[in-house]
Amino acid sequence: MRWLPLAIFAGLAVLLAAGVLLSRRPDRDALPSPLIGKPAPAFSLPVLHEPGRLVSLADLKGAAFVLNVWGSWCPSCRDEHAVITHFAESKRVRVVGYNWKDDRADALRWLEQFGNPYWVVVADQDSRYALDWGIYGAPETFLVDANGVIRWKHVGALTDDIIHDQLLPALAQSEQAR
Amino acid sequence: MLPELGQAVLILALLVAALQAVLPLTGAQRGIAAWMSVARPAAFVQLALVASAFAILAHAFVIQDFSLKYVATNSNSLLPVVYRYTAVWGAHEGSLLLWALILALWTAAVAAFSKSLPQPVIARVLGVMGAIAFGFLAFLIFTSNPFERLLPAAVEGRDLNPLLQDPGMIIHPPMLYFGYVGFCVPFAFAIAALLDDRIDARWLRWTRPWTNVAWGFLTIGIALGSWWAYYELGWGGWWFWDPVENASFMPWLAGTALLHSQAVTEKRGSFRGWTLLLAIAAFSLSLLGTFLVRSGVLTSVHAFAADPTRGLFILVFLGLVIGGSLLLYALRSPDGVDGAPFAVSSRETLLLANNLLLTSACAMVLLGTLYPLLADALDLGKISVGPPYFALLFVLLMAPLVLLLPFGPLTRWQREQASRPVAMLVPWAGLALGIGVAVFFLAPQGAWKVAAGVAGSAWVLLGTMRFLWSRLRTPGSRFTPEMLGMTLAHVGIAVFLVGALLTEGLSRQRELALAPGQSVTLGAHAFRLDGVERHAGPNFIADTGTVSVTRNGTALGVMHPEKRSYASGGQVMTEAAIAPGITRDLYVALGEPLGGGSWAVRVHVKPFVRWIWMGAVLMALGGFVTATDRRFRRREVA
Repeated sequence: MRWLPLAIFAGLAVLLAAGVLLSRRPDRDALPSPLIGKPAPAFSLPVLHEPGRLVSLADLKGAAFVLNVWGSWCPSCRDEHAVITHFAESKRVRVVGYNWKDDRADALRWLEQFGNPYWVVVADQDSRYALDWGIYGAPETFLVDANGVIRWKHVGALTDDIIHDQLLPALAQSEQAR
Repeated sequence: MLPELGQAVLILALLVAALQAVLPLTGAQRGIAAWMSVARPAAFVQLALVASAFAILAHAFVIQDFSLKYVATNSNSLLPVVYRYTAVWGAHEGSLLLWALILALWTAAVAAFSKSLPQPVIARVLGVMGAIAFGFLAFLIFTSNPFERLLPAAVEGRDLNPLLQDPGMIIHPPMLYFGYVGFCVPFAFAIAALLDDRIDARWLRWTRPWTNVAWGFLTIGIALGSWWAYYELGWGGWWFWDPVENASFMPWLAGTALLHSQAVTEKRGSFRGWTLLLAIAAFSLSLLGTFLVRSGVLTSVHAFAADPTRGLFILVFLGLVIGGSLLLYALRSPDGVDGAPFAVSSRETLLLANNLLLTSACAMVLLGTLYPLLADALDLGKISVGPPYFALLFVLLMAPLVLLLPFGPLTRWQREQASRPVAMLVPWAGLALGIGVAVFFLAPQGAWKVAAGVAGSAWVLLGTMRFLWSRLRTPGSRFTPEMLGMTLAHVGIAVFLVGALLTEGLSRQRELALAPGQSVTLGAHAFRLDGVERHAGPNFIADTGTVSVTRNGTALGVMHPEKRSYASGGQVMTEAAIAPGITRDLYVALGEPLGGGSWAVRVHVKPFVRWIWMGAVLMALGGFVTATDRRFRRREVA
């Protein structure tokens, strides 16, 4: 019994050491997704700002778009928000918000306070499609091409470097392939 | 030249800390009186040195010395003078220096008020505190030097984060650190006791007021943080289960458990090992909190700039301090049952339940805070643990605590006829339940939360009053400051319950576009936007709204929510207008301009929200009052 606290702390220390090492790794956010190269799972979700209107995958096809999963409860999303805003302002591609497991009022307030960079925000309060999309947590970002095929995925907060080094090349590649 | 002097003073303080750690600790082990006597003077010199370094940094801020990197990053020539002082601890380096200063203050206070303690004890205690100071000063000097020069000097500073340009920020960090660092005192006593291999009830009695005072400061610090988030972040929320909030809440939970177990150990001699462990845990969690906030391991709104070198340094420091103490604990902690034996039905058992619930809650918060990191390390992806997890588990763990609370003070030590306190409390439980049921049917919304809040609060309040009555009524029984402190803190819990649950249950809010002249009604309150005007502040430009509020047609006054744009970085801040009240707060925040003169406006009516912080103030007051009990300072001839 008396060694238990030390054992617990040792486990904790290993975890924290792993955390420090992870935070040094530049590609800590890379995670392959089995969905890459596959057609995006279909969905049909209400628009956050107009709950009466539904948006489905078919409505978004035709041009590439970026799907950004976020929630007002997620601190990393707040960190990421400035990057998303900056990227969306470049108008390179449509950025669709996927408001996940959130309270509508909180989400609206969040956007009001930090600004709304999204082309449209769909709301999935009950996590109906998260499993289909393989969403682990927020924030997560998908690149879907004009044909509705997932081209790229990123788990965790985006940074300018990730957008520049990964997202934009993947986008350019998908446009060429067309 | 002054900054270089500050640098030199810090290095000197590091050396003094080394001296304060090594000589008295070795002296106490070997029984060398001269070495032990170094402890007290070293503590005072340490305080003088760290205070000078702090004053020099503050001076650099006041005269706007932008040749210092830290000043240039966190100040600006437009920054009002008050905030130049608070900017000293507005970022990583300065807040560490504040940490070191407060540690030096506590150490000097221990040195000054410990005349009644045997020399080896005080030498060990001050030695342990010196070792901690050494670690922090080394961290400061080697990885986070606040006196680093910027060459060439900046022409203009980058400005203090606008979120921190606020009166609440002036006192929040110092209060929090007084609490965090204060847990160093019981920690140092625990280590001293383990080194000495015996736990004397007298020393334990001597540490109890220190724990209570540290806990009181921590309570106020956390409450201020919550209050600040409420009015400054502009969301109307008061607790977000953010990693940084959790980092301050974990030591509070462990500290609350420690307060109670210390009382048992001091009075009955039981739970010795457990009390030592909690004393180690409370301070370790304070250190862990510092680590989590500063290492960049977890991301959070409050996080300071991430720096892996710092992370590694703190990790090694944590490993030495916490790992070392727990190793010592494993080798030396007292065996099995000790102190007076007690029956299943006794106050000891109730306090044990209190401790188990509080430490479980603490473990739950720790797990939730670190789970994203664990998932990341195991490559399960990035996960955010949301408030629903914390809120659900926390309520599940705290509900039994609230139910058991009134029994504690009424139950006798050692052995109690269970029917006696039950008989005393049954009528009051019935009354509280009755009030709860009535409220359930009367509440306009959120009936479960409101009823639970009112019934729980009434139960704690009535039970505590029942204790007070039986104390005052019995002839010849004393009513000590310790009991008064406990009563205040428990009433604080009753007040807090009303605040937390009624705010959650009864709050109303609306968000909509208002053109000047239009109104929005929320229950009995009507808010009319009269207009929005632009004006300039010292270092920002603000759009200030004028909103007239009426209740059932009677004018209540005018509120001025603001939207500020800071000159230095263009950062936009929402300054909500709040009309505070005992039974409700009115809260108006200005959103975006929507064209055509209309604005997005958000209005809240938040009933009883103030009670959350009043409850916390009562709890802290309870801690301070308890600390004044003369019994803790009585000298005993050994």
